Amino acid sequence: MIQLLLDNRDLFLKGFLNTILLFVLAGIGSLVLGVLLAGMRVSPVPALRLLGSGYVTIFRNTPLTLVFFFFAFAYPRLELLDVSFFTRAVLALAMYTAAFVCEVVRSGINTVDVGQFEASRALGFTFIQTLTTVVVPQAIRSVVPPLTSVLNSLLKNTTIAAGFSVAEAGQITPALSERGAPLLIGMFWIAIGFGILVVPLTATQRALEKRWSVAR
Amino acid sequence: MTSVLYDLPGPRARARNKAFGVLATFGIVALAGFIGYRFWATGQFESTKWQWLLYKDLQVQLLAALGATLAAFVVAAVLALVVGLLSAVGRLSEHWWLRTPALAIVEFFRAIPLVVMIFFLFYAAPQAGLKLGVFWTLVASLTLYNGSVLAEVFRAGMLSVPRGQREAAYALGLRKNQVMRAVLLPQAVRAMLPTIVSQLVVLLKDTALGFLITYPELLYEARYLGGLAEFGRPIIPTALVIGAVYITLCTALSSLAGYLERRSRRTGRVLPPSDANLITAELAV
Repeated sequence: MIQLLLDNRDLFLKGFLNTILLFVLAGIGSLVLGVLLAGMRVSPVPALRLLGSGYVTIFRNTPLTLVFFFFAFAYPRLELLDVSFFTRAVLALAMYTAAFVCEVVRSGINTVDVGQFEASRALGFTFIQTLTTVVVPQAIRSVVPPLTSVLNSLLKNTTIAAGFSVAEAGQITPALSERGAPLLIGMFWIAIGFGILVVPLTATQRALEKRWSVAR
Repeated sequence: MTSVLYDLPGPRARARNKAFGVLATFGIVALAGFIGYRFWATGQFESTKWQWLLYKDLQVQLLAALGATLAAFVVAAVLALVVGLLSAVGRLSEHWWLRTPALAIVEFFRAIPLVVMIFFLFYAAPQAGLKLGVFWTLVASLTLYNGSVLAEVFRAGMLSVPRGQREAAYALGLRKNQVMRAVLLPQAVRAMLPTIVSQLVVLLKDTALGFLITYPELLYEARYLGGLAEFGRPIIPTALVIGAVYITLCTALSSLAGYLERRSRRTGRVLPPSDANLITAELAV
């Protein structure tokens, strides 16, 4: 069992390192873009609302594999900036996941009591002030558990990059197969690897929930 | 809902909103224009790149690819529903020797990335002397993953049925599996119908992973058509067409989920929407 891990440690190390890197970069990207989109979707400007909802509809109904497909094969044809497969994988993951982050944040905003909005408006707060000082601090609490799930899915989705020339955890199985190693044991270690990667996510969720668990 | 976020705009706010609106529209148009310009500059709108749409053979191929996608979807969806139902019932069983394996199976297949599962079956099955073929490799992986997710959905639904229902059924003298089949399950399925359909959308999208193991579905077809030299390798046009097909299919299914949710909220006989929403939001990626 352990022998397989030791013999192929180059594969496992490189694979999971790239997975973590993909996850962290795409995670940050999708959070930023997703929150921005959510802000657009609740804004008083119709054009921004339309852009936000259009983006979410398109990306939520497109397979992630197709987004990868576009970035891997079609993007180079547009003769834009020449970037590596890895960067394009980060872009694909971030753009896809942002749609889901946006929906989670928006439904979080919807859980905040209407009285809170009304009170802040009565106090003369502007839209931006209402959002940043009253709504978002409260919404963020109910957003943490579903957001963790979205990030969890992102972690699993990073493996699709393996099909598009990025050497990460999803590519361990084909590589092991090429080396003629027993795949069941390989699968066992990959499962453990992902199990370990989920731990910090869940721990962060617990910590944040505990810190913000204020009765309202 | 969102209208409470801001007051009815006065003259100044209206002017400001309008300014932002103009700015945003300008930004959107500029972005779309830039993308369009890149398409035009690299010759994506040239007629040769779109001519493949006019050939009957290629149209038939495209339809066959659509059929392959739908076949994988339908078979995997039916199997996943069955697996999900059985695992959910297993997880709620009173016997530990049913409960524990069901829990282990559900948690394991939910935690494993689908791609890893597909690659595993694809490479390991021949090693073990099994000839699965790409179709069944894809369907089996989709079934195991989505079945496990659906098991959690069914379970949440059955737990959401008020306890009195179960107690009343037992008081009437129904047996354990009668209670499950005649009382809990129908109510659970009804409560979770929108979530179940949303999960089926996820399954439909995931059939595109068949591309990675050369299952001849839509994306594979797009790659093939996009490589045809006689049409100037129209990978962008094919990606756009296939994208439109996927978006149409998924939007149709999603709007069915939306309709079911609105209907259940109107009749008001099911789960409070906040619970259902939370579960949906957690699972639908």
